[in-house]
Amino acid sequence: MSNTLTWVEVGPAANIPQQGARTLQTETDRIAIFRTLDDQIFALLDRCPHKQGPLAQGIVHGHFVTCPLHNMVFSLETGETQGPDDGCAAKVECQVIDGIVRVGLTELQAGLRHAG
Amino acid sequence: MNHVTAALRTAKARLVVIGNGMAGMRTVEEILNRAPDKYDITVFGAEPRVNYNRIMLSPLLSGEKDFDEIVINSPEWYTENNIHLYSGDPVIKIDRDRKVVISKSGTETEYDQLLLATGSDPIIIPVPGHKLDGVVTFRDVDDVDTMLGAAAKGGPAVVIGGGLLGLEAAVGLQSRGMDVTVLHLAGHVMERQLDPSAGYLLAQELERRGITVITEADTAEIVGSEHVTGVRLKDGRMIPADLVVMAVGIRPNGRLAADAGVAVERGIVVDDVMTTSDPAIFAVGECVQHRGQCYGLVAPLFEMAKSLADHMAEIETDGYTGSVTSTKLKVTGVDVFSAGDFSGGGETEEIVFRDAGRGVYKRIVLEDGKIKGAVLYGDTSDGGWYFQLMKDGEDVTELRDTLAFGQAFAAGSSGNPLDAVAALPDDAEICGCNGVCKGSIVAAISEKSLTTLDEVKGHTKASASCGSCSGLVENLLAATLGGDYQAATVKPICTCTDHDHDSVRRLIIAKNLKSMPAVMQELEWKSSDGCHVCRPALNYYLLAAWPGEYVDHGASRFINERVHANIQKDGTYSVIPRMWGGLTNPRELRAIADVADKFEIPTVKVTGGQRIDLLGVKKEDLPAVWADLNAAGMVSGHAYGKSLRTVKSCVGQEWCRFGTQMSMGMAVELEKMTWGSWMPHKFKMAVSGCPRNCAEATIKDFGVVATDGGWDLHVGGNGGIHVRATDLLCKVTSDDEVKEYCGAFIQLYREEARYLERTAPWIERVGLKHVQERVVDDEANRKALFERFMISQKTAQIDPWAERASEGVDAHEFTPLSMVAAE
Repeated sequence: MSNTLTWVEVGPAANIPQQGARTLQTETDRIAIFRTLDDQIFALLDRCPHKQGPLAQGIVHGHFVTCPLHNMVFSLETGETQGPDDGCAAKVECQVIDGIVRVGLTELQAGLRHAG
Repeated sequence: MNHVTAALRTAKARLVVIGNGMAGMRTVEEILNRAPDKYDITVFGAEPRVNYNRIMLSPLLSGEKDFDEIVINSPEWYTENNIHLYSGDPVIKIDRDRKVVISKSGTETEYDQLLLATGSDPIIIPVPGHKLDGVVTFRDVDDVDTMLGAAAKGGPAVVIGGGLLGLEAAVGLQSRGMDVTVLHLAGHVMERQLDPSAGYLLAQELERRGITVITEADTAEIVGSEHVTGVRLKDGRMIPADLVVMAVGIRPNGRLAADAGVAVERGIVVDDVMTTSDPAIFAVGECVQHRGQCYGLVAPLFEMAKSLADHMAEIETDGYTGSVTSTKLKVTGVDVFSAGDFSGGGETEEIVFRDAGRGVYKRIVLEDGKIKGAVLYGDTSDGGWYFQLMKDGEDVTELRDTLAFGQAFAAGSSGNPLDAVAALPDDAEICGCNGVCKGSIVAAISEKSLTTLDEVKGHTKASASCGSCSGLVENLLAATLGGDYQAATVKPICTCTDHDHDSVRRLIIAKNLKSMPAVMQELEWKSSDGCHVCRPALNYYLLAAWPGEYVDHGASRFINERVHANIQKDGTYSVIPRMWGGLTNPRELRAIADVADKFEIPTVKVTGGQRIDLLGVKKEDLPAVWADLNAAGMVSGHAYGKSLRTVKSCVGQEWCRFGTQMSMGMAVELEKMTWGSWMPHKFKMAVSGCPRNCAEATIKDFGVVATDGGWDLHVGGNGGIHVRATDLLCKVTSDDEVKEYCGAFIQLYREEARYLERTAPWIERVGLKHVQERVVDDEANRKALFERFMISQKTAQIDPWAERASEGVDAHEFTPLSMVAAE
């Protein structure tokens, strides 16, 4: 299996609330796509490594999100937990081209299978 | 009041102090430190209160402090130290022949030693109209009260005098909502402390804040028939004003001394041990003239107090030799520092540093390689360092090239504040107000095992006055104690700010801040948009402060409040429809059962608060679930929120054979009155129909228990990790009273508690008495609280479910994005 990403459009960045997030359901995962106060877009798998908390439901501040279940804070840039906690939320590639958000999915996430 | 016995009176010398201000009481404290049993002390004060920190009048005016916070010595302090205090009873005559002082009320008190600490009077320019109503000085708490009274009505204010005090008054009034003009006679503001460049930057900053500054303004007349209406300048300009503050300077108050024949020139003349021309009479503070100088700042007063205390305790002393002073402007967000002589010219050299982008200006005046004066604007962190170099007469020739960059650069240090403070010599002055040097603070920390800022304040007085050195004192604590140091007792809300909850609440009101960006900008938040700790708190404080006006900020709410349902461990939600007072009916029950079937809700549970909880609802289904429940007449239960949750009831007189009052009816009424109100934390109520208390009202935030004659009202109960039974607030007789007390109590809690502080810890912190004084004893205050509660309820009782189920509010929350192939 190759590491090639499949890029899918999920619509205008403006559809995602500032200091908020929306989710995207793929074949295998739910992805949380965040928009920060300075209008940058980030994406993580929508589950914290601690108790599978849905990160899209957390409070977005700076380039961080706080998990709604137990208040662990994750960097949107790297997925790393902040402070004394251990763990890393899985980062998902994304980019904004002409105001349209595109997310880079693996073949499994995008539902593609190689023959054989 | 404490009366000392006759036997003791004969054993001790009688010391009478005239003046209950900062200089007089500091001297008394210093004497008590040195010779606690030497004097039998009586104090006369003109103001009807204990002594307070006069230099904190500006924060009092702006609302950054309240009176309790600026009190220096409590009534208990006077009692504990056997000091007889006559407050509100000024001395009107000194009879030196009989060694007696006579007060306004006619009391005659004999003295062996007399201390004059009569301070100074504000100068009033005798222009026409200076006696009109609405013309005040800025000198004591009564003046502040007058100014606050005027500010409450809004309108224009004129401050005459652009010196330190005038500008602090102007900023205070402006932050209280008045339209302020400053009239200043000289060419630039604070001309005695600042050079024209720094004065210009300061005036610009004031203008930016909406204060008009007119320099070279010569007042001709204060206009008005009874109450002031404006100020006319000599060039004919007319400035409207409902309030005129005269802050043009002070004059030492030497009247009593002069009348008694004691030598007075500009002030009461004293020698180096503060003795006047009469050896039984001493004088300290702003009323004195020492070596030809009069002082209007606090640091010299305290130095005088020490010298006099040494002398009076018969400790050998060098005496007071005069003070070199420095000044800071106590206006939040404006950093101004000046010290020494910065006039320049002659043999002096200047080092000037400007950074227009940051609004920083520094000017250091050197003479013979030594610092002669300094003016700093915008960045004053090195003020203390320059001041110390100046006082020590240090030769700074070798530092000259980098002097403007400050101490960190000179020391080549990493900029670590602990290194900087560790590098200071023992005689470096840390607290300018109280003249406390590093060595004495470090010694006190070690010898007395001090571990908190408050303890250091208590033992050394460092940072006990204006407080601007508290950061340095904390650094000293950290440097001295190492890992043992636990930072400040007053905890900031989070790492985004240095402010604690209480000061943020006060500043939101005082500075009229109405949005989250305004709070973060004005209070100098350290992060761009806060964090999950401060944002929900700020959102609540703004909602509570500006009901009906502030627009709720969803992105700053915890998920439960943002989507109006409880998140569960697996990411699904639970929904709890409101059942008023715990009552329901077959139609509602059918609707709940239908919803549970239709959306395959796995668990239906009765809660501890007598409501039905539907557990395991998928987020996308929430709007549809709510639509069905709304259609059956049910609204959101707010079971998720920091808000009124449930009002539990027993069956009461309606059904119970023991019931003495209608508890179900009362519970329904209370819930209908209070639902939708946001609070610092969750809030639960219960109503029991008789003292058997079946609704368990005595572990609720507000509990009502019926008795034969009426209702017992209980507060501060909590069934949490630490179970706390309620305190009895009071007993009332009518149903209307239950509602009024309930609303008033909730409003007090809403206005005073810190975010995420439940009523139980709040009441333990402030005391039940505090709550009773405001809600029970003070009827007018209770009614005002209740009215404010009902006003904020006008816009609070909107069902969040209906908005989302039928009006598409926050639709993005409940619909996922969909994929479109891009490649």
